[in-house]
Amino acid sequence: MTVADLEPNPLAQGLERLPVAPTNLVIFGATGDLARRKLLPAVYNLAHEGALPGRFNLIGVSRGELSHDEYREIAAESIRTFSRTPADESVLAGLLDELRYVSGAFDDAATYQALAAALAELDAAAGEPMARAFYLSTAPEFFAVIVDALGAAGLAQSDEVDVRAVIEKPFGTSLAEARGLNRQVLSVFAESQIFRIDHYLGKETVQNMLAFRFANGMFEPLWNRNYIAHVQITAAEDIGIGSRAGYYDHAGALRDLVQNHMLQLLTLLCMEPPVTFAADAVRDEKVKVLHAIRTPAPDEIAEMSIRAQYGPGESGGEPVVGYLEEEGVPPDSHTETYAALRLEVDNWRWAGVPFYLRTGKRLARKVTEIAVTLRPVPHLAFEQDGSLGVRPNQLVLTMQPNEGVSLSLGAKIPGTRMRIRPVNMEFLYGTAFLSQSPEAYERLILDAMRGEATLFTRNDEVEAQWRICDPIVSQWAADAATLPRYAAGSQGPAEADALLLDGHQWRAI
Amino acid sequence: MPAVNDTVWAAQNTTPAAIEAALRELLLERHNESDGYVPARVLNLICIVERQWSGEIANRLRRVGRYHPSRTIVCAVTEGRRTIDAVASIAADATPAAGQHVLTHETVTLDLGPGHLDHLGTIVDPLVVTDLTTVVWAPHGHWQAVDALRGLSQCVLLDSLEDPDVAGALRRAQALLDQRYVVDLAWLRSTPWRERIATVFNAPTQRHRLAEIAALRIRNVAESGAAALLLCGWLTSRLGWPLGQLTRDGHGRAIGAMGAVEVALESVHQDVPGLGGITIGFRDGSELSLDRGPGGLAAISRDGHGGERRWKLLGASRGEGGILGEGIRQSLLRDPTYRDALNAAAGMLT
Repeated sequence: MTVADLEPNPLAQGLERLPVAPTNLVIFGATGDLARRKLLPAVYNLAHEGALPGRFNLIGVSRGELSHDEYREIAAESIRTFSRTPADESVLAGLLDELRYVSGAFDDAATYQALAAALAELDAAAGEPMARAFYLSTAPEFFAVIVDALGAAGLAQSDEVDVRAVIEKPFGTSLAEARGLNRQVLSVFAESQIFRIDHYLGKETVQNMLAFRFANGMFEPLWNRNYIAHVQITAAEDIGIGSRAGYYDHAGALRDLVQNHMLQLLTLLCMEPPVTFAADAVRDEKVKVLHAIRTPAPDEIAEMSIRAQYGPGESGGEPVVGYLEEEGVPPDSHTETYAALRLEVDNWRWAGVPFYLRTGKRLARKVTEIAVTLRPVPHLAFEQDGSLGVRPNQLVLTMQPNEGVSLSLGAKIPGTRMRIRPVNMEFLYGTAFLSQSPEAYERLILDAMRGEATLFTRNDEVEAQWRICDPIVSQWAADAATLPRYAAGSQGPAEADALLLDGHQWRAI
Repeated sequence: MPAVNDTVWAAQNTTPAAIEAALRELLLERHNESDGYVPARVLNLICIVERQWSGEIANRLRRVGRYHPSRTIVCAVTEGRRTIDAVASIAADATPAAGQHVLTHETVTLDLGPGHLDHLGTIVDPLVVTDLTTVVWAPHGHWQAVDALRGLSQCVLLDSLEDPDVAGALRRAQALLDQRYVVDLAWLRSTPWRERIATVFNAPTQRHRLAEIAALRIRNVAESGAAALLLCGWLTSRLGWPLGQLTRDGHGRAIGAMGAVEVALESVHQDVPGLGGITIGFRDGSELSLDRGPGGLAAISRDGHGGERRWKLLGASRGEGGILGEGIRQSLLRDPTYRDALNAAAGMLT
């Protein structure tokens, strides 16, 4: 019997935090950057808030030879350094008291025997079998290896408790790889056990797009091809690649951000209202949007996509090196640090509306936003003399750094003449809510332990995303010669203007 | 909130209209200084206090951190005063850098007399930000002022622990709840306990044990009886157990799904107000205890045959500032279980 088979728990009604089943959380790649900077602090913050299950244990698995105590020290230091709330030492001690560390190679059966023993020991101490959540926070080449080994060790299924696997991005580096990985993962786990992380979906402002669209009557009547001229989705960063050259030079901007985060934003923007907000109802609607985007034909790719690489420039008033001079980047690298696409969603609601997606490193500033530009009014009775101009209304949903919504409107300039200039009506989340947004990983880890999959990517979504990006990746790889440059700290390459249809222009970053 | 800079206006023998005009000027002044200053617009808090204790209340409000009200109107009452003096300020906790936003919060302190309280609505109305939820808090018991603000406020914040007359405190909360939403800090003190108890019975294998509960012992600081009664009222109302009146020493009997459930409220000594622990006994002799401890609640499960398991339910203490902040946050939410719990708690004392 599962929780779903029972009458609702009468004690849970009215509680903000719903109960979570006792869980052993196993982090593979426990000494890696992601685990130390994000996962361990996220788990700590859940503990601090009292949001972890009543019984909870943490097990780290990694290749390094460490004792339990040595890993406990690493975990404590990571939490003290990176937690968003100052560590309460008594909570920290409680969290780490029973922490286990399993040392071993991910392809070695002995690692999983040791893991099984640790899990059994913790279950015995609890007096009951506890749910298992395996978090794969490793290099992508180990995902299939770990999943296979969990299956072979008999750890992937249980008749008594829920077993779940959380898989980090990137989920494959091509459509073929993603399909292969899906096949392998689904041969061990059921789809309902798999939680593919796209941490963008854990951000409050991304989730708020659903509330914005489906809880407000004023936008939905305009949300279609009759009123919307074009949409721009921007994910710009002012920083370079830092110490991520090893990963980034193989991935590039398209794989790093467009194939996952930006297409997810597009689906949330374009999806039809779901029947319910249950995981599959939402994901069914999202995947329909992806299916409505045509696979780019080879002869279309040059017209609908642009890539570029940053050269030397200035950032924050300081000179900065170009991508090829970054540490760890091969001097002849053709990896794109900027990617822009023009996509169309071929369905009744969106036919003919261009969706411009752009992302890049070392741009003028850090911003992630969706700008929806409405069609202009059909007739202007005002004189334009002396006006700054009546521009089409633009609705901007900003995900970071200033999370909010703004709407540009034409307003009369005070004076005796009817002169118009655009003004902004702005809403900032920080002004209207008392609560601090939790880190995306806190929400996602809790959801995975609870089995709530709405904010995770389903197998068909991942493959549909790759179907759109794969031909572009392939063509760019085949054409190494054409790679425009843009100055670091700039708005990006001038060549990106070629993507825009007549009358459209990029919003300033 | 530790403000790094304030814009201040003050006047003696003034009027609400003059104060409202001054607030508009102060906001404009702040905006002209930098458009990075953005006024918070979440809720208004009207706080009615004795003048001599207003500093203590200001200190408590400073400790609520990010849960600070957008506009706080402190009505400081001095015996014999017939005129209104006012100080208005806009505080920011940082100076905005280029491209950054810094939230500002407004505070208006009105020095007034007891004679103003019956007409407080017309004094304060021009000063609240329209369309925001308005919360009233009268920690020193100026209930006529709370009543005068009935039409203006949507929520009353109170702490039943602060009233030595527990029955009276619960009856007052019931009466206020008929007019507006009530956030009782005594109820919020039980939130972690309620969450943990709900979790214990959430697993499919444990749900049937709700019907097997035979005893309930709730431990609380002597002055925190209201918190224990509300926790008990929550359990009995959620489970549909009819519960009669408690004896003077805190004992009673509820009718559970499988027969009588013995209820006992017990006093404990601890450094902080509120609940100290709860023990849930089952018909097979087993029991589960949760007790306050460093870093969370200490759980002990005993199986009735001498077997025992101990573990910890993690969670940091919120402190009094955190509980007040949580009260302010909860005034924007609605807990559908509070009314039933309150009625059940009040029913135990009548």
